[in-house]
Amino acid sequence: MKARVGVGAASVTLALITLAALAPALLVDGTPDQADALAALEGPSADHLFGTDANGRDVFTRIVYGAAPSLLAGLGATALAVAVGTALGLLAALGGRALDEIVMRLVEVVLALPTLLLALLVITITGPGTVNVILAIALYTAPSYARLVRAQTMVIRRAGFVEAATSLGLGQGRIILRHVLPNAFAPLLVLATIEVGTALVAAASLSYLGLGPQPPAPEWGAMLSGGRDYFSVAWWIAIFPGVAITLTVLSITVVGRHLQRLVEGRTS
Amino acid sequence: MIRRILTRIGTSVLVLWGAVTVSFTALHLTPGNVVDVLIGSSIVTPEVRAQIIADYGLDAPLPVQYATYLGRVLRGDLGQSYQLHESVATAIGTQLGPSIQLAGAALLVAVVAATTLALLTARRKRWIRGLSSGLELIGVSIPTFWAAILLLTVFSFQLGWFPAVGDDSGSSLVLPVIAVAIPITTMLTQLMRESLELTLEEPFVLTARSRGMSDLGVRLRHALRHALVPAVTLLGWVIGLMVGSMVAVEQIFSRQGIGQLTLTAVSGKDLPVVMGVVLVTALLYVVVNILIDLLYLVIDPRLRSAA
Repeated sequence: MKARVGVGAASVTLALITLAALAPALLVDGTPDQADALAALEGPSADHLFGTDANGRDVFTRIVYGAAPSLLAGLGATALAVAVGTALGLLAALGGRALDEIVMRLVEVVLALPTLLLALLVITITGPGTVNVILAIALYTAPSYARLVRAQTMVIRRAGFVEAATSLGLGQGRIILRHVLPNAFAPLLVLATIEVGTALVAAASLSYLGLGPQPPAPEWGAMLSGGRDYFSVAWWIAIFPGVAITLTVLSITVVGRHLQRLVEGRTS
Repeated sequence: MIRRILTRIGTSVLVLWGAVTVSFTALHLTPGNVVDVLIGSSIVTPEVRAQIIADYGLDAPLPVQYATYLGRVLRGDLGQSYQLHESVATAIGTQLGPSIQLAGAALLVAVVAATTLALLTARRKRWIRGLSSGLELIGVSIPTFWAAILLLTVFSFQLGWFPAVGDDSGSSLVLPVIAVAIPITTMLTQLMRESLELTLEEPFVLTARSRGMSDLGVRLRHALRHALVPAVTLLGWVIGLMVGSMVAVEQIFSRQGIGQLTLTAVSGKDLPVVMGVVLVTALLYVVVNILIDLLYLVIDPRLRSAA
């Protein structure tokens, strides 16, 4: 019962954040770059729910407009990692022993390297920016998807229905697409949902370090980075963007774990 | 077990070789000529340029350069920093002290906190477990850099309990240590509670209870030892996590260390330094993992005969 309340609250939060990302103008009147020099560094009030920053921009408006760029990196990195990981996993499971060895050793090497450092290494080479952050995070998250898809495929290809499909004379490609992949999908979706949270945190961290979207973009991590010199006098600049990140990740984790329990309940 | 250790060493060599190869590829994938990257924005005469090419062996074919690079790394030579006018090994060496201090303290705090929490919450009333898993959920969701900002804002700027910057006094270590320890504590608590709950259902626990041993005694003397095993396994991975956390935490609290060194290097495109930090962390990871395997052999005699 209690768990259901949690999942409900998390779903509502995610719906609101999605709305903010898709149609921020529905939630707030102003624009994120609208500056009012006379109202700089004002605390939370009825006029400015979350206060204003050093340029007199409304923090709440910027957080609402920041939903899209903040979610973009995490979702993009996860999507890319799932695609690359699935391809590698299928290759390893179905491509013969030699290929399997090569892919799985590669996966092991990447998983052994420290994650954030690997992302920093990529960004040192490519330079900062949203696309590069996505590439950097996808590089080190893809291996876990490759492992999962490989393991799933290994199990499923020995299942009765695949044998039946083979004996019916269906082609390899069709069997993989129509029979193997859909059955590997549920655990993949669960892992991806939980990992979106991790990817979001990583993206926000990189933005905070000044390596993601550059100011004046209202991205949450970048907002914290930009407000760094004012934390001692204006606590609201330090608090609210972080609350937005944490709430988003928290909600995603709650929903992801719920999905996980559903899927595990079905298979056991 | 001997075989397991040999496999482990084989994999470790592979991991390190992979890390070196990734680094080498990274250096040569850098947009633009490697020489231009090395020179940076400074203007140099053709003679100096030629000297750099000769020094770094950039006129040799790629496979030769790769072999040379591999040989240098094997001898512990990580190259020269583009920015700092010193070798990467020296730069890392001088910054290692404060980071080890921070990481060591954070690890200690995390292990003590996680052990206490796991002992207190395993197989307890529902609301205690609910409260604890709620806290754990927040612990995994909160980004380390924001936890650090939060601690700084509340305890330094608002309450004035701890200094906001610096690394000279013991009290300046408190907040950074907490920030680095939060994600590790959360992870370890979940893991230890799970294995503690499994252990508490073992027959030998029932035996101990039937001898009239108190609940706390059972937990401390019999169950805890088993719960520590999975935690020890994670140690290598935790080191990688901590190095990552320190990049933001050291910057936020204006501390010296590996994290600060890495961040400056990333912003300044100082690739040899970033590669050096990645290699050293990977080396630490594999060495710790081999040591853990050997340690198992010592703690658990059953594994020795299994070889």
